[in-house]
Amino acid sequence: MSAVAEEIPLSERGPAPTRVVVSFGFWLFLLSDIVIFSGLFAAYAVLAQRTAGGPTGAQLFDLKHVFLETCCLLVSSFTCGLCVLAMERRKRTMIYVWAAVTFVLGLSFISLELSEFIGMFSRGINPTRSAFLSAFFGLVGTHGIHVTAGLCWLAVMMAQIVTLGLQPKVAQRLLCFSLFWHALDLVWIGVFTIVYLGAHP
Amino acid sequence: MFGKLSLAAIPWDQPIPLITSVFIVVLLAALLALVTYKGWWPYLWREWLTSTDHKRIGVMYVVLALVMLIRGFSDAIMMRSQLAVAAGTAAGYLPPEHYNQIFSAHGTIMIFFVAMTFVIGLMNFVVPLQLGVRDVAFPVLNSVSFWLTAAGVLLVNVSLVIGEFARTGWLAYPPLSELAYSPGVGVDYYLWSLQISGLGTLLAGINFTTTILKLRAPGMSYSRMPIFCWTALASNLLIVAAFPILTATFAMLLLDRYLGFHFFTNDGGGNPMMYINLIWAWGHPEVYILILPAFGVFSEVIATFSGKSLFGHRSMVVATMAICMLSFLVWLHHFFTMGAGANVNAFFGIMTMIIAVPTGVKVFNWLFTLYGGEVRFTAPVYWSLGFMVTFVLGGMTGVLMAIPPADFVLHNSLFLVAHFHNVIIGGVVFGLMAGYTYWFPKAFGFTLDERLGKASFWCWFIGFYLAFMPLYLLGLMGATRRMQHYTNLSWQPLMWVAFAGALVIFAGLAFTIAQLVYSIKTRHRRRDKTGDPWNGRTLEWSTASPPPPWNFTVLPQVSGIDEFWRMKHGDNKTAPPAAPPAIHVPRPSPLGFLSAFCAVMFGFASIWHIWWLAILGLLGAIALLLRHSWQMNTEMQVSAEEIAEFEPPHKAQPG
Repeated sequence: MSAVAEEIPLSERGPAPTRVVVSFGFWLFLLSDIVIFSGLFAAYAVLAQRTAGGPTGAQLFDLKHVFLETCCLLVSSFTCGLCVLAMERRKRTMIYVWAAVTFVLGLSFISLELSEFIGMFSRGINPTRSAFLSAFFGLVGTHGIHVTAGLCWLAVMMAQIVTLGLQPKVAQRLLCFSLFWHALDLVWIGVFTIVYLGAHP
Repeated sequence: MFGKLSLAAIPWDQPIPLITSVFIVVLLAALLALVTYKGWWPYLWREWLTSTDHKRIGVMYVVLALVMLIRGFSDAIMMRSQLAVAAGTAAGYLPPEHYNQIFSAHGTIMIFFVAMTFVIGLMNFVVPLQLGVRDVAFPVLNSVSFWLTAAGVLLVNVSLVIGEFARTGWLAYPPLSELAYSPGVGVDYYLWSLQISGLGTLLAGINFTTTILKLRAPGMSYSRMPIFCWTALASNLLIVAAFPILTATFAMLLLDRYLGFHFFTNDGGGNPMMYINLIWAWGHPEVYILILPAFGVFSEVIATFSGKSLFGHRSMVVATMAICMLSFLVWLHHFFTMGAGANVNAFFGIMTMIIAVPTGVKVFNWLFTLYGGEVRFTAPVYWSLGFMVTFVLGGMTGVLMAIPPADFVLHNSLFLVAHFHNVIIGGVVFGLMAGYTYWFPKAFGFTLDERLGKASFWCWFIGFYLAFMPLYLLGLMGATRRMQHYTNLSWQPLMWVAFAGALVIFAGLAFTIAQLVYSIKTRHRRRDKTGDPWNGRTLEWSTASPPPPWNFTVLPQVSGIDEFWRMKHGDNKTAPPAAPPAIHVPRPSPLGFLSAFCAVMFGFASIWHIWWLAILGLLGAIALLLRHSWQMNTEMQVSAEEIAEFEPPHKAQPG
């Protein structure tokens, strides 16, 4: 069977299996999502200096705080990978453990981000103040909404594993979730570099 | 409780929208009453509204597009009649604030809800059949895409009855579209309906790209893929890459309007030109999203009716993909007047001229396909030949405007309006009409009337020249677009000619409707039992008309380009697999219809600031999604009797 499969070029083997089709479609979705972020990044790049007499990024951002946030998210990406490895080895307990760790780290990220935002809001620093702040809250907020959606998705996935078991569809979705989570990490690295580090030349 | 919504939102004092909306509401009520009276709901619900069959969804897209074509055309005829009379001291019959809504609605509807909807409908119907597979990659998602588009359509039409539509032009440039200058709900109708339908389009793009790249009949390598599938691939790649930019841009404008952000405002350091850059970074690829599938239709039609394989299949593919790439490098030519500087303008001007080269390659390929062929002059061929003449002309005026100094003179003039109608009517509309006539017998099992089809073509063709050649001249004489009244009386005769042209196009539209009605009435004698009425070349003609829900009982084994032609001429040496394996088709799913219901609720509530209803809509959508994600059994097996009913049609054919 494998010998025959090698003779026929990949493009001529007929419809791909569902596993491949679903992953491929999800990759395309992630790419399109990253295009949304690229639009927001472009807006930030254009508006970063347009502070309209308000505070600048260098005055606002506390790099230690953001570094902690970044650590939470990056480590959660790693633990998410461990969760998928556990899924491939069919070790349910380990799936729950690593999913829980991922969830807690993601929640910490969101909490830290919220505390940063609330701190700014309480000082009257909000998106209506200047174009720079609009672009900042627009970009970082969209990422935050994505992470929040990801947390909800993770919770739903755990409920699915509990109720439906590790059937192929469920496993496939958990894999898609991990792709999503890693993609958010990638976007955050852009945010951290361009928005936060970029504000401190 | 009801946000900004009150009875004052209904335009009591404006007879035209009021009478139109009363008429539409009565018509809709009559239609619903008829369906209820005849007891068609269970059939409609089971076979159409919840269908996940790509052919059914494709047909629904096309019906939606044709209905919206009538709506968009009524806007057009109002504009042309207004401009025919509103010269000098005459004010015409449309007040400026109404006229502004009409041209905004005309552009928005024609691009998003006629052209896009029609193109996606054709791709839906044709692509899986041409690829020789059972369905698209994600059938339920396909239904969701359609219903989100329908939700956008509904919101746009609700704006006619409740409230108003945008007065900003079809792209809603800020600062005009900002809250400070457009405090009404018009822009919000625009933004929410396009966000919702745009999401549907993006999901369709993902679905089709995956289908074309991952689901093809065994043996169908990329070099054997029919040209329409190639153009559909290019178009969908552009959707995946470009529509998210539109979503992000509209999201920023929504944040400006709803939460006081300063992305595009005049104050607070906002930058309106950024919107115009972003929107055209989507907008220029968008025109290729529309035209490339039309090019695909012409390629199929010309090859089939010339009885020859397409000249230069490979160069056609290269030209298509070249246009796909180049389409992202020309957006600035929509606003050379921004003041980006001579060098930037020169770059974009040259890129714009370069994009004409692959298009020229295509035109020559079509000509060489016709050359030496036994051309059958059917209605689709009429549309194709009309396209070639008209589109080349429109392309040349485009290259003319790609020269920045010339563009400085012609920017926002009626010359520009004539140019883009020249390429969109002469290219996209003619292509869609050709495709509609060409594939209609595949969808319904009987052909459309040729005489009425040709009458429709001649009316569109002559009407187009009458309506838009005067606009070129008027543009050169200094007439601007989006103009509700003019003082220069020497323009009026040409305006009358343009109005006459619009009436001729109206006759074309009437002939299309007459053709459909007449063909349905005489369907028994125009029935096509072979499944191959045109002596076709590609796989969609190898199955029954209409095809069974599973398209192909045995997936075809592909050995070259124009596989069905090869099969008919005994060139396919590979033996097809004998017994068909168990066939599974996707189950119907109400997810699309119900989520569109929630989307309309959410969109309408957001437009009118009825926040509790918006939250309800959002929660409803989430609940539907969750419910769907717990359904594991999404496919059903087709019984052997059902399969036996659909004998392969060509066995009955003599020879």
